[in-house]
Amino acid sequence: MNPVSLQLFDVLLLLSIVGLAWASLASPDDRRSVILFMALGLLLALAWGRLLAPDVALAEAAIGAGLSGALLLAALREQPRREAPGATEAVAKRGSSPLQAMTQWVVTLLCAGLAGILGWVLMHIFAGPPLDRLTQAVSANLGVSGVSNPVTAVLLNFRGYDTLLELAVLLTAVLGILALGPGRAGYQPAGPIFDALARSLAPLLILVSAYLLWVGAHAPGGAFQAGATLAAAGVVLRLAGRQRIGLPPEGALRLVMAAGVGLFLAVGLSLLLLGRPFLGYPPAWAGALILVIESAAMLSIAATLVLAFIGGRLPAHGIPAAEPATRRREAITTAAAPERGGEEQSGC
Amino acid sequence: MIDVVSSLLIVAGVGFYLAGSIGLLRLPELYARLHALTKADNLGLGLLTAGLMLQSPDLLYALKLLLIWLAVLAASATSAHLIARHARRREKRP
Amino acid sequence: MSELYSLAVLGLMSSLFLGLLRVLRGPGAADRMLAVQLIGTTGVGMLLLLGPLLGQRALIDVALILALLAAVAAIAFTGEPRESRDD
Repeated sequence: MNPVSLQLFDVLLLLSIVGLAWASLASPDDRRSVILFMALGLLLALAWGRLLAPDVALAEAAIGAGLSGALLLAALREQPRREAPGATEAVAKRGSSPLQAMTQWVVTLLCAGLAGILGWVLMHIFAGPPLDRLTQAVSANLGVSGVSNPVTAVLLNFRGYDTLLELAVLLTAVLGILALGPGRAGYQPAGPIFDALARSLAPLLILVSAYLLWVGAHAPGGAFQAGATLAAAGVVLRLAGRQRIGLPPEGALRLVMAAGVGLFLAVGLSLLLLGRPFLGYPPAWAGALILVIESAAMLSIAATLVLAFIGGRLPAHGIPAAEPATRRREAITTAAAPERGGEEQSGC
Repeated sequence: MIDVVSSLLIVAGVGFYLAGSIGLLRLPELYARLHALTKADNLGLGLLTAGLMLQSPDLLYALKLLLIWLAVLAASATSAHLIARHARRREKRP
Repeated sequence: MSELYSLAVLGLMSSLFLGLLRVLRGPGAADRMLAVQLIGTTGVGMLLLLGPLLGQRALIDVALILALLAAVAAIAFTGEPRESRDD
């Protein structure tokens, strides 16, 4: 790409990102902050793509732009709405105390100082010779890792222990969410337009998540991105008014949520019993093991994110199947039937 | 030859995107701005993907482009409808 | 073609900038959400162009995910909650 155009693009993107971040933090209205934050996520995904990091861009697009926005909006529903003019007055009143003003100034200067130091360090790094010993080490060992995507190799093989701990953190989050008790009230059953979209969008998202899981072995993708996309399918169904979104009953659901960490641990421990180091895959089996672990991880991540959106436990199994929307449709068809019957009898 | 057609399609697509953004800025109210949005989503992205499809390295890439356009068509139309309905309901509430 | 892609990306960038103005200004939350939708679709277009431009074939997958999930976020904005928890 023409270097001048590229630099122009970068500058504009940077200005947009910084401007949006500032606006999101400085906004007095919570809802406005969340929407600006969603836009920020979109731009960040774009930035990651520009920086030639498609795996991170996928994760940012799925989690940062889409799901975080949905989660924050759903959580905001529970809060009483602060109207913007009142909030601005409150901010103005708060800022009038001299102690507050001084604290704000001190914090601002400290942040500016930190940003300056970071900027100086980064410029130093990029001005010098490229630091790619790690890249070379990864490329050298990619052949025995079982996959050909270096990001997946690092995540699931070379630094598999870190990923195991990350999944454990997610499991802890799920336990916290379950401890909140029953989830939020859910949404109205969808009208015909949204219902039609949900019926196509949810299967498409499931397919795309399976694709991301599969392609993660040799191209950008992987368990986290696939899990987030799968969770998005659940979120869409929940927004369309389906309460349980086809999830299994409580016991099986908990099994699925624990399966990410559980399977990872089981693989590591079995390898230990076989005399190999913990999570030291034999090269011949590495590819298959990674796929199995990633599949379990995808399901766990999806379950965690969907539960986070619901905000607690799912309603009990056995909710009456007839939604108000279907009852309305039945009423309309039964009303139309006598008319149709009349037409047929008159003989067309 | 294919390059020429591609270029025309891509330029036209970007033109519709710009038209959409300008409309979003200049039109007076929410319901009018929805129209601007759909110009960018349908025609802007559509012409862009048509131009890129002609340049794609293989069939899978071209089909993915088509899928993206169709998904955005359906999703943006539905979300525009939902946003309009949501805004309408808010107006009617006291 | 590469030159054209660069120009097209810059064109889309200016389109995005205009959308940002609406996000920051737009009097209501719905206007902002609309602008976020537009930014999302513009981002999808940019990623589709950056793919061949930067030689990263995978950016088309990013575009697909961005398109789908931006729609999910917009729909989440308009969700009407049920009245009671017993439904």
